[in-house]
Amino acid sequence: MLASTPKTSKSRNVAVTLAVVLVNAILHSSIYLFLRDTNLPSVLYALLAIIWGVLGVYSIYWSFNWAVEQYPDIWKRRIQPFIFVGPAALLLGWLLLIPTLRTFYMSLMDAGTENFVGLSNYAAVFTNRLLLTALRNNLMWVVFGATACICLGLLIAVLADRSSFEKLAKGIIFMPMAISFVAAGVIWKFIYFYKPGDEQIGLLNAIVVAFGGEAQAFTSMLQPWNNLFLVAILIWMQTGFAMVLFSAALKGVPEDMLEAARIDGAGEIRIFRSIIIPAISGTILSVSTTIVVFTLKIFDVVMVMTGGQYDTEVVATQFYRQFFMYRNAGYGSTLAIVLLIAVIPVIIINLRQFRKQGGF
Amino acid sequence: MKRTRKKTMSKTIVNVILAFICFIWLIPTAGLLVSSFRPAVDILQTGWWTVFPHRDYVTQSTIALPKETDLRQPIEVNGEVFNDDQLRSGVTAQDGSRLIWENRRARTIQVQQPDWKVNTNFTLENYNGVLTGKNFEIMQADGTLRSQKGEGLSKAFLNTMVVTIPSTIIPILIATFAAYAFAWLRFPLRRSMFVAVIMMLVVPLQVALIPILKDYTALGLNGSYLGIWIAHTGFGLPLTIYFMYTFISQLPKDLFESAFMDGASNFTIFTRLILPLSVPAIASIGIFQFLWVWNDYLVSLVFIGSQPDVQVMSMRIAAMVGSKGSDWHLLTAAAFVSMLMPLTVFFALQKYFVRGLLGGSVKG
Repeated sequence: MLASTPKTSKSRNVAVTLAVVLVNAILHSSIYLFLRDTNLPSVLYALLAIIWGVLGVYSIYWSFNWAVEQYPDIWKRRIQPFIFVGPAALLLGWLLLIPTLRTFYMSLMDAGTENFVGLSNYAAVFTNRLLLTALRNNLMWVVFGATACICLGLLIAVLADRSSFEKLAKGIIFMPMAISFVAAGVIWKFIYFYKPGDEQIGLLNAIVVAFGGEAQAFTSMLQPWNNLFLVAILIWMQTGFAMVLFSAALKGVPEDMLEAARIDGAGEIRIFRSIIIPAISGTILSVSTTIVVFTLKIFDVVMVMTGGQYDTEVVATQFYRQFFMYRNAGYGSTLAIVLLIAVIPVIIINLRQFRKQGGF
Repeated sequence: MKRTRKKTMSKTIVNVILAFICFIWLIPTAGLLVSSFRPAVDILQTGWWTVFPHRDYVTQSTIALPKETDLRQPIEVNGEVFNDDQLRSGVTAQDGSRLIWENRRARTIQVQQPDWKVNTNFTLENYNGVLTGKNFEIMQADGTLRSQKGEGLSKAFLNTMVVTIPSTIIPILIATFAAYAFAWLRFPLRRSMFVAVIMMLVVPLQVALIPILKDYTALGLNGSYLGIWIAHTGFGLPLTIYFMYTFISQLPKDLFESAFMDGASNFTIFTRLILPLSVPAIASIGIFQFLWVWNDYLVSLVFIGSQPDVQVMSMRIAAMVGSKGSDWHLLTAAAFVSMLMPLTVFFALQKYFVRGLLGGSVKG
């Protein structure tokens, strides 16, 4: 097959491919340099940047595909899939796969990533008081935060299913998903606000005072319970996610099964335990997975609310601090890897679940 | 008959409990919204809920004491004698009214009676201060004016748009191409590449930040739009590919076969068939990615860092929380400005968004 291809067209194909690569590289890097150095008014600049960003990516696919179309069919069929997955694979390799390996390598180095120190960073992480606090807090986040999200999400889904204003209720509970953690931080800082004296402008303290209690500095003084006040923010934001998925799963539970159980005289709680829970166990698993992974990575809430002070540090904020403030790349990387190790069981469960669903 | 009664009864209980939970869920946002329209002085002195009718002490009249009154001595007011501390926290006189300092230095005292009261001082000044970079004046608690430079959030808003729109479209385009290949084309390493994608779904992005930062520094991509687009694309890809794959792989096979028969190439099939057919899936994952990028803080913090020209809104607000932690009038308005876009998108497209979340994950 190969031999039958004329030599001239072969070299022509290579030339076309090289030309396409070159033109793309020159074109896009000159647009990039132009946009970087130009002094256009900001609205125009924004518009140009958006157009280039979006059309640029499409044009890369288009031109590479055009180059491949110049090849004989058999080659075309072999190369084309790689044109399609290529960019995704390159980006994932560059931005996720290789960095993971590099971070692992760095975690075996000292603060300046110059000398190899073996596992001593790992030993340090599990003995250093600050880092241990971060690990403990992360555990609190997962245990309390994820559990509450899942239970509340399930409860609200069940209630909404039987209520007369299901859509509205779901919209309200789900809404915080659209709010950034930073904005949510402002919202909740205001709720937890503490000032000495009787007149409180923070809602929670106002309630405490109204019931005759004494105003508290919730996010700073009540260690280690102040962490739970931060966890409440996560619950407020993530319960909606769990609820939506549970709600959809509940709708999938066959009605006649529930009816049959009712006729047999089973109470609602019994039905919930022995029919509904088993029927939606797959969803419970995948929702728990997502929320646990999400909770392990928690960063913004702590950063905005306390900046990690008052023993509220979590692994992700400690990671940021070690890296960018204390310039300790070794510790920073080790913390990132500890996070990854914590996630491994979740990866395995996820892959199993995926295989069970019949994907691949 | 008895059975229906019982059912209605339980439905009422369900409604009441659910309404209560919804109420709790709404309060934080409602408080923010109300506060963002209140003048700086009011925010610092009274809770936002005082905009609703409530029982409070309302000033009936003021008494001006002689300027030379010694605050360390017992103070005589209307024939009764109090000391400074009592007047500071408010003290009840014999006729039932409450006496409290209005201005301790000017020696004026308010005579208050409990009454119904509504705080309805609303202003747009906070938004003005947050959106424009101009100087504006705010009234402080002691009655003096303070000049303050505005935050100029509008520039950050524009930056957020420039970061968010390509960071939403690019990963979806790349992911859809890849998902099509994974679902319908045969090539070596297909299976292992896809398993790798699934595994990367759960890799914490902290693991990747530092090496990428190093590459960016070497390439000069730090603080540039391109750099942050690439970062968001990379981090968003696993979920987007997974999601698009589940959708595209379920399209009917004969669709492609007849197109192939007509001599269409893969690229034509992709642009003419796959993209239009995937619109519902693209819309839902698009909203998801949009909200995620719009609300992101960590990625911007790391890759934009201190470049003030490119800073996005979440960074600006986080910085305000740090530096102006007590300027509630600015913080509340800024937070609400940052929520406007995602909340609009959320409520306008809620249907797709919810359906989108269900696409890949609910099969249990």
